[in-house]
Amino acid sequence: MKEILVILLTAVLTQNFVFIKFMGICPFLGVSDKTDKAVGMSFAVIFVMTLSSAATWCVYHYVLIPYGLEYLKTVAFILIIASLVQLIEMFLKKFIPALYASLGIYLPLITTNCAVLGVALINIQQDYSFLRSVFYGFSSGLGFMAAIVIFAGVRERMQLSSPPRAFRGMPIALIAAGLIAMIFSGFSGFNV
Amino acid sequence: MSGFLSVIKERFKEGFVTNNPTFIQFIGMCPTLATTTSAKNALGMGLAVTAVLAFSNTVISLLRKIIPSQVRIAAFIVIISGAVTATELLMKAFLPALNAALGIFIPLIVVNCIILARAEAFASKNKVFPSFVDGIAMGLGFTGALFLIGSVREIIGAGTWFGMKVTPEAYSPATIFIMAPGAFFTLGVLVAITNKIKYDVNERKRKKEANAALALADRAEKPSEEETV
Repeated sequence: MKEILVILLTAVLTQNFVFIKFMGICPFLGVSDKTDKAVGMSFAVIFVMTLSSAATWCVYHYVLIPYGLEYLKTVAFILIIASLVQLIEMFLKKFIPALYASLGIYLPLITTNCAVLGVALINIQQDYSFLRSVFYGFSSGLGFMAAIVIFAGVRERMQLSSPPRAFRGMPIALIAAGLIAMIFSGFSGFNV
Repeated sequence: MSGFLSVIKERFKEGFVTNNPTFIQFIGMCPTLATTTSAKNALGMGLAVTAVLAFSNTVISLLRKIIPSQVRIAAFIVIISGAVTATELLMKAFLPALNAALGIFIPLIVVNCIILARAEAFASKNKVFPSFVDGIAMGLGFTGALFLIGSVREIIGAGTWFGMKVTPEAYSPATIFIMAPGAFFTLGVLVAITNKIKYDVNERKRKKEANAALALADRAEKPSEEETV
């Protein structure tokens, strides 16, 4: 129980995927202009991250290791993630159309979200057990959600302000992200 | 020969200036922010991406008539991840220190949008030589941007450049710049400077055109004046 809490807090606060580890920056900057879009995207990410953690762990331990093919893990994982996303998309379209309507447009984008491949690789690197990998995937997704939803809220307010012309758009968004990142690095303290 | 040179010139202009992946297109942001803690790491990451990009562009261009368009994305991803795995193994063997510093971001080159974007937008539609040059030019444009960000962060945040002390003794480095928030700040300010330059250049161009139009109008008016006299 205690261990679960530690993984959760680490992944969401002190080692946040977006602000501290810099993974998933593309969707973080790309779909954060509206809060509801950000929420939709992060549910899709949580979903895919949890499932892909389970799938990649199984493939690595039951297929790649027995055949001595560990060096092919990057190729194998990206293919697993791409086909998993495709499969989830087809499954949702057929059986849960309501969920598909809200998550559908975000799913194809997730294949190239480096946070998903990142979680799979970290699980292997740290030699996590199966359950721990799955839970780590889930909490990393939550961390992504915390980051993108907070950032979307800030960005919505920011549209009402008028920064100097050269700072409009991306530069001011990046600086706002920097300020939020500073808060997140405060959770682990400033020691280098 | 001049055809080759003009292709090279055009591609490099696109990669460094008009279509720079970092400052204009905002793609490949994860490594841009994560690996620029020092000039050396930034350069290493940039060159690794350049190598993968040149290889994948060449191979994809060679196979562009064989790959069916329905499964092209999957095929591109397999080619790219093969190239990345090769790069990773080579770096592990020959540059172990750099490989350790860049860590997980080397395998993550697979999902770097620059590579898939160039494959889709350029290599799958063009001949082999221009695709190869495009890979090198885009990669070096990316490397240049990373190197700039890395240098700024290392000098302000650690007071060093490539590990050499460059700031006076009295300066105590602002450590925040080599930490996560500094990455966002540095990139934000550099993009703002790029925007400022872009606006100024456009402004000057518009003024020049307006002046040229005025001069033309003057010249057009003159003969009519003479006629009236």
